Amino acid sequence: MQITVKLFASFQTGRFQCDVRSYPESTLVSHILQELAIPESEVGIILLNMIHAKSDQSLAEGDILAIFPLVGGG
Amino acid sequence: MDKILRINMGAAGGPQQSIEKAGEFAALGGRATTSTIVGKEVPPDCHPLGAENKLVFAPGMLSGSAAAISGRISVGCKSPLTGGIKESNAGGQAAQVLARLGYAAIIIEGQPQGDDLYKIHINKDQVTISVDNSLKLLDNYPLIDKLKQEYGDKVAYISIGSAGERMFAAASIACTDPELRPTRHCGRGGVGAVMGSKRIKAIILDDQGCENRQPKDADKFKAANRAFVEGIRKHPVAGEGLPAYGTNVLTNVLNEAGGYPTRNFKTGQFEDATSISGETQAALEIERGGSATHGCHRGCVIQCSGIYHDKQGKYLTKQPEYETVWSHGGHCGISDLDAIATLDYWDDNIGLDTIEMGVAVGVAMEGGLLEFGDSEGAIRLVRDEVGKGTPLGRILGNGAAFTGKAFAVERVPVVKNQALPAYDPRTVQGIGVTYATSTQGADHTAGYAVATNILKVGGDVDPLKPEGQIELSRNLQIATTAIDSTGLCLFIAFPILDQPETFQAMLDLLGSFYGIEMTGDDVVALGQKVLSLERDFNKKAGFGPEDDRLPRFFSSEPLPPHNISFQVPDEELDQLYNWD
Repeated sequence: MQITVKLFASFQTGRFQCDVRSYPESTLVSHILQELAIPESEVGIILLNMIHAKSDQSLAEGDILAIFPLVGGG
Repeated sequence: MDKILRINMGAAGGPQQSIEKAGEFAALGGRATTSTIVGKEVPPDCHPLGAENKLVFAPGMLSGSAAAISGRISVGCKSPLTGGIKESNAGGQAAQVLARLGYAAIIIEGQPQGDDLYKIHINKDQVTISVDNSLKLLDNYPLIDKLKQEYGDKVAYISIGSAGERMFAAASIACTDPELRPTRHCGRGGVGAVMGSKRIKAIILDDQGCENRQPKDADKFKAANRAFVEGIRKHPVAGEGLPAYGTNVLTNVLNEAGGYPTRNFKTGQFEDATSISGETQAALEIERGGSATHGCHRGCVIQCSGIYHDKQGKYLTKQPEYETVWSHGGHCGISDLDAIATLDYWDDNIGLDTIEMGVAVGVAMEGGLLEFGDSEGAIRLVRDEVGKGTPLGRILGNGAAFTGKAFAVERVPVVKNQALPAYDPRTVQGIGVTYATSTQGADHTAGYAVATNILKVGGDVDPLKPEGQIELSRNLQIATTAIDSTGLCLFIAFPILDQPETFQAMLDLLGSFYGIEMTGDDVVALGQKVLSLERDFNKKAGFGPEDDRLPRFFSSEPLPPHNISFQVPDEELDQLYNWD
């Protein structure tokens, strides 16, 4: 299945900003974190189709996954 | 900080100054001081630009000491924008210098006859109030350049640009940064107009010969400060994200969450968000020889700001904040960072609140004055209309609500007449509660529920549902009011919300400075007390429950792409101040 993966802030360094990637059925968010060598402890926000998600959530065809480190501002 | 300087600008024969003992204000600071003085001394039904209003400056409880990141200055008055009480605070050097000079507050009252323009110079020996009509209608950058020739670069400047002199409701008060750029503004609520109404162009603060304020318990203070700094540095938001990308790191976050108000709050996503994001901005700043990391005052350990150069590599402005990039960017459909930075420069120069100004321009676009996305047109409006005080500039310079009326716009994003910041309350419902109920009008900093709703700092409350938002906003509004009194930058909230030991270090910092035991309950009590007196002022100024509401369209128009509306019931909004 095709998943659009978006990375932000320091997670872009040495990786990418946005990439449409192929994954097998029943892939979890955590599998993508592992693949990209992003430690879960560094993850601040996961947005799956614009809604906050946990790393044990499974993905479906066409999903948009945005991964941020812990960030803030205002 | 054992004294208060009172200046009566309306005294017969010219401005008169007097020094009072600080009394109860010796151990207070910031918002607690300014709001208490305004609450006691300003008639709530007075005209905000008249002689009865007062303009109060106060450094924070820890300003002028060795406490890290303690450089916020608070300004209070009755707001010409909201008609209620106003507290607006800024960084820059002013708070530290004013505190070292020993002043718990400066109270400016009355109004001079005639059209002379004054400046106030304060050093350790005396206060000099003098007429200087050569400063008339100078904007902030040329004004500071001129004042530097007279007072040098070892001082801090507080000033208004032409917007303040013209008494626009969007006028700010500028404070200089460590390099004497007038870039740190008490932006909200038209405090610059009140300074203009007193005919004061600039305050020059010179602390040469003064020492840092000393803590009562030096050993405990030193240890607490060390733990406090460690806590800030080890937290990913304060220690990594903010210094690397600045506040504008939020553009992508809010956009991906569908909460980025676009083209005057029509949608929650902007298709060009990436091109104006903090990541893009930081890379551009570095590439052009500016800097993505800069502190607004000495002693800042977060350094969330930066220096933005133009295409030729020449200084253009400080790093535009997230709210500014949004108000002049996504809110107006503008995706050109150079245009946004140019608007940031003109806002700082003319002396304007970037949120109010950007939102007003977007509302004018909705009203047909310009097309959304017209960046050249937006610059022209701010620089050539607002900056020159033309009739159109006077409409825009009086803010979003005024502009909305002038152009018959129905969708006007204001609460208590003050423009909403960069988070749509339909998809960040907690911040909607803060916008609706804050004593200040729509103000994200008053109770930053975005942290818990979106950023997942300090807990996790679903941003798309009404449940839990009242309690969240209430607790944050109370805590923020207390932090606004300490002089500490609000961005310490990220580490202290997440790290109990850093919260304790902050309590120890305050406690050891004043020689008392400070607990979390004391912080809550201080916050509640100040909020109650602010609310009391507003009630006497004519505000009721119907003013603690968002504009109707947030309930009636679902926001794409989530397609939901603001769902917190009115009866719950009325329970926010449940201790009062």
